[in-house]
Amino acid sequence: MTLLITQQVDARGLSCPMPIVKTAQAMKSISSGSLLEVLATDPGSVKDFEAWSRTTGNELVERSVEGAVYRFVLRRK
Amino acid sequence: MTTPTLETPFVTPLDPIAIAISDVEGLPEWTPAPADDGQTKTKELVIVNWSGELDRVWPVLILSSTAAASGVRCRVFVTFWGLLPFVKDHKRIVGENWMQRMLTLMQRPGIDHLKLSKMNFLGMGPWMMGTLRKRYGVASPRELLEAATAMGVEFIPCQMTMDMFGLKREDLIDEMGEPAGAATAIEIMTEADASLFI
Repeated sequence: MTLLITQQVDARGLSCPMPIVKTAQAMKSISSGSLLEVLATDPGSVKDFEAWSRTTGNELVERSVEGAVYRFVLRRK
Repeated sequence: MTTPTLETPFVTPLDPIAIAISDVEGLPEWTPAPADDGQTKTKELVIVNWSGELDRVWPVLILSSTAAASGVRCRVFVTFWGLLPFVKDHKRIVGENWMQRMLTLMQRPGIDHLKLSKMNFLGMGPWMMGTLRKRYGVASPRELLEAATAMGVEFIPCQMTMDMFGLKREDLIDEMGEPAGAATAIEIMTEADASLFI
C-alpha cells in the first residue's frame, strides 16, 4: 500500500525533544486526515512517537527502520 | 487489541542494545490511543522553575516545549535564581542598588550564560556540556526557549523575586507573561494535572 504523504519532517541528527517539537509544528500546517512522514535517528524517538501519538490523538500509521534511520507516518487528528 | 505489523524488523544494525532487547522480547509493541470521546479536557502541566542552573533550566525547557508540542497546556512559574536566565541578552548588570547589581555581576544573567550545579570548574563544565550537546544534536536552552514560547508555553515571573533582585519587567524577555505571586502559583498548580518544582 502506498501512502500519500502530505509533508515530511527531516529530524535526522536531532536529539530529544526536537523530533517531537518539529513534528508538532509541522502537524499544524497540514489538514485533518493528512499524513506526515518523519525521519529520525534518535533511538529514543521510537518510544516517544508512540507516546506522542497517544497524548495528542494523532494516529501513528506506520513505523519502520532502515539502517540507522527511523521512519514514522502520522495522520493528523 | 491488535498490534500493527511492521514491514521491517524494528531494530537498527547499529544498535546492539536494541538487537539484544528484541532477541529477548521480540518486536516492540505499542498501545494506540483510546478512542476520543470528544469530552476530554485539555491536560495541564505547571512547572516551577526555581534554579538558574543549566542542569535544571534545561529539563524545564525540554519538558515545557514537549508538553506544548503534545497539546498539553504548560505554564512555568519562574522564581528566585530561575529568573536570571530570562533576563534580556544585552542586560549585563541589573538592579537598583549595589547588592542587587552584585548578584548579576557574580551570576551573569541570560539564557546563554547558565552554570552547572556541579562540576562547573570556572566554566569548563558548561563548555564541555556545550561541545557534547553540539556533537549529539541536542538543542540548546536558547533554541528550546524559542520553541517553547513559539508553541505557547506561558512563563510567569515571580513579582516578589523581581522586587528583591531589582528586576523590572523590561529587563525580562518580552515573551514573559504578567508577573504574579505565590497564590497564583498555588492556584495553577492545584488545578493542573501535574506540577513539578525543578
